[in-house]
Amino acid sequence: MKPALAFLLAAGAALAVAVTASALPPEGVRDAAVLGEAGPGGASAKYPERLSDYGFFEDARARRPRPGVIRYDLNIALWSDGADKLRYIYVPEGKQAHARGEGLLDLPVGSAILKTFAFGQGEEQRFIETRVLLHRADGWLALPYRWNKEGTEATLALVGARMEIARPDGTRINYRVPNKNQCKQCHVKDGEVTPIGPKLRNMADADLARLGIAARSASPLPLWESREGGDLQALARGYLDVNCAHCHQPGSMASNSGLDLRFEQDDPHAIGIGKPPVAAGRGAGGHAVSIAPGDPDASILVYRMSSTEPGIAMPELGRSTNDADGIALIRRWIADMEPAS
Amino acid sequence: MTRIALAAILLASAAPLWAEDHTIAAGEGAQERLQEALILAEPGDTIILEAGRFALTDGLSLDVDGVTIRGAGMEGESASILDFTGQQGSGEGLLVTSDDVTLRDFAVENARGDGIKSKGADNIIYHALRVEWTAGPKATNGAYGIYPVESSNVLVQESYVRGASDAGIYVGQSENIIVRRNRVVENVAGIEIENSNHAEVTENLTTRNTGGILVFDLPGLPRVGGGDVLVARNAVIDNNTDNFAPEGNIVASVPAGTGIMIMANKGVQVLENALVNNDTSHVMLIAYTQTYTDERYQPRPVDVFVADNVYGSGGMKPDFAGGEMLAAAFGGALPPVLTDGLHETLTIEDTSAVATLGLTRVGQPLTEASPAMLEERDAGAFAELAPVILPESMEARLR
Repeated sequence: MKPALAFLLAAGAALAVAVTASALPPEGVRDAAVLGEAGPGGASAKYPERLSDYGFFEDARARRPRPGVIRYDLNIALWSDGADKLRYIYVPEGKQAHARGEGLLDLPVGSAILKTFAFGQGEEQRFIETRVLLHRADGWLALPYRWNKEGTEATLALVGARMEIARPDGTRINYRVPNKNQCKQCHVKDGEVTPIGPKLRNMADADLARLGIAARSASPLPLWESREGGDLQALARGYLDVNCAHCHQPGSMASNSGLDLRFEQDDPHAIGIGKPPVAAGRGAGGHAVSIAPGDPDASILVYRMSSTEPGIAMPELGRSTNDADGIALIRRWIADMEPAS
Repeated sequence: MTRIALAAILLASAAPLWAEDHTIAAGEGAQERLQEALILAEPGDTIILEAGRFALTDGLSLDVDGVTIRGAGMEGESASILDFTGQQGSGEGLLVTSDDVTLRDFAVENARGDGIKSKGADNIIYHALRVEWTAGPKATNGAYGIYPVESSNVLVQESYVRGASDAGIYVGQSENIIVRRNRVVENVAGIEIENSNHAEVTENLTTRNTGGILVFDLPGLPRVGGGDVLVARNAVIDNNTDNFAPEGNIVASVPAGTGIMIMANKGVQVLENALVNNDTSHVMLIAYTQTYTDERYQPRPVDVFVADNVYGSGGMKPDFAGGEMLAAAFGGALPPVLTDGLHETLTIEDTSAVATLGLTRVGQPLTEASPAMLEERDAGAFAELAPVILPESMEARLR
């Protein structure tokens, strides 16, 4: 055999191997990508360019999670313009998630939390973005990935995006994919990025069991679907915890307001009852207090939930439309309070 | 050994040798290009805004320590203008959440919420910035122009703020603060220092605001107990703009025509200011008027020292119920200093005339006031406040 031909054959064989390697899905989740460690090739280890780089799913459309990527739901969810959300927690093999009281789960380094935002059902379901929280050795990192129109690939959107979306009911909305900093604005506690969603009290026992967590919530939040006739107090406080408390608590973005909407906060003034605004500006809407017992129309909380205007709307990030069901619930809760004498 | 020494020098250097400049021009895609540069910046880097108008659709944010954002100028032909007129999201124009940041030589226009906010951002410099709502005073303008909060070591200087529906320059829940040589025009409050300690507000021009300079302490916040505030060598002139703050906010209760107002706080010195044509009162001391449950809070102004100020005309049209009658009772104008009577230890060394509303308990309604000239001057010994000293590295960044 002539040396040149031998070389060509060898090169061809190498090429074939390379093609096969890239076409075949890897066996599992790529822990190096989650951890931000340089894998083979090494490039962009810090911010993986595609969602598929992590290997959380078997298929390009991210419908089939790999073993270890556990689907879960929340009893009460954050309003995001009516988007449906597919939530997953990944814990690397050999490690274990733990309950830590009624609040956030304790997820070991190497874990990841994923949330895909979608509109439509069944065949019509379209993925918009997938937000990824990675637990690396130096802390949590939040990254947004935006899906292409075909739904075959989600790529890193460090600067976020603004796009018009037609919702299944025909309404068109101006949807915002948050940028990396905006991810942190909601996910920050004492200067560090932290998960927000997976709290024991807001999760189903079955989901927890699949994460290997035996602990059960002593007082789980009621299901959002039960809000007609459900426990109004628990529903309202659960809703505020999920939709507001990531900023409105000590150490988070709105700590300076003094408003603390965590579920476990039981000081009436701290949750806004009779509390004057501090730095609300026109967000106060001419109202004197965050919550005026018995009078939702005089409550800043309701006013800001009912606006879509920047500078007034609360939450500041993550929605461009109002949550009519949430507003109705909070109105009912405030109306039900004994008016201040 | 040499290598270790070199590394040590590199680490110690305020401006790392590997620091990079990233120049961003206005025009197509400015939102994404600028935000991307802010996200990908490394400590020590400078984001340079070329002259021009950056049309922005969303709030911008910076979360990397040690970054400088530098424009070509705050006004005129060569200004770098971040124009938020078309803003569709976020609660402020620019948000800074990292330490050791320098913002200089650019403008922020028509942010839908606050202009520039920095939160938990220590050692921050605001230098030669313009933050403006270009239609002038309107209740629909954003609340604060320059808004550092929950930070240590804050320097705001040589900047211009106009049109804020709360305060032009607002420093909240912070410590070690210098606000100097700024111009604040047509805001509700020109400059407000709130729930903060160890601040110097000096050599500013505050004019055509509702109130010129406010030093407030409010209950129920993570940080209460403000004090050690020096207000000196400011020109506080013609602050008679009708209050255009949305109801509900504490500044909505500030009467038009207020020069310098001190509410609660311990240790405030008002020295060598020029106060002219403030129609309600040049210097006003009041206790917090609303109910509160915060046990840490003390609602009265305590240890206030007023000396060596120059007063022009003023106090002729006090903007509160019964104000006209009150002015008439004092011979046509309130004297330069007005207290509600609830202060503790007020020392006055520059005027013979101080009016008191004669209130005797916190929360007492004004209908129970018994106005009179204040006879009793607590002659507290003047002890100079310790000067605010910022880290040398901050001053070095401006050189």
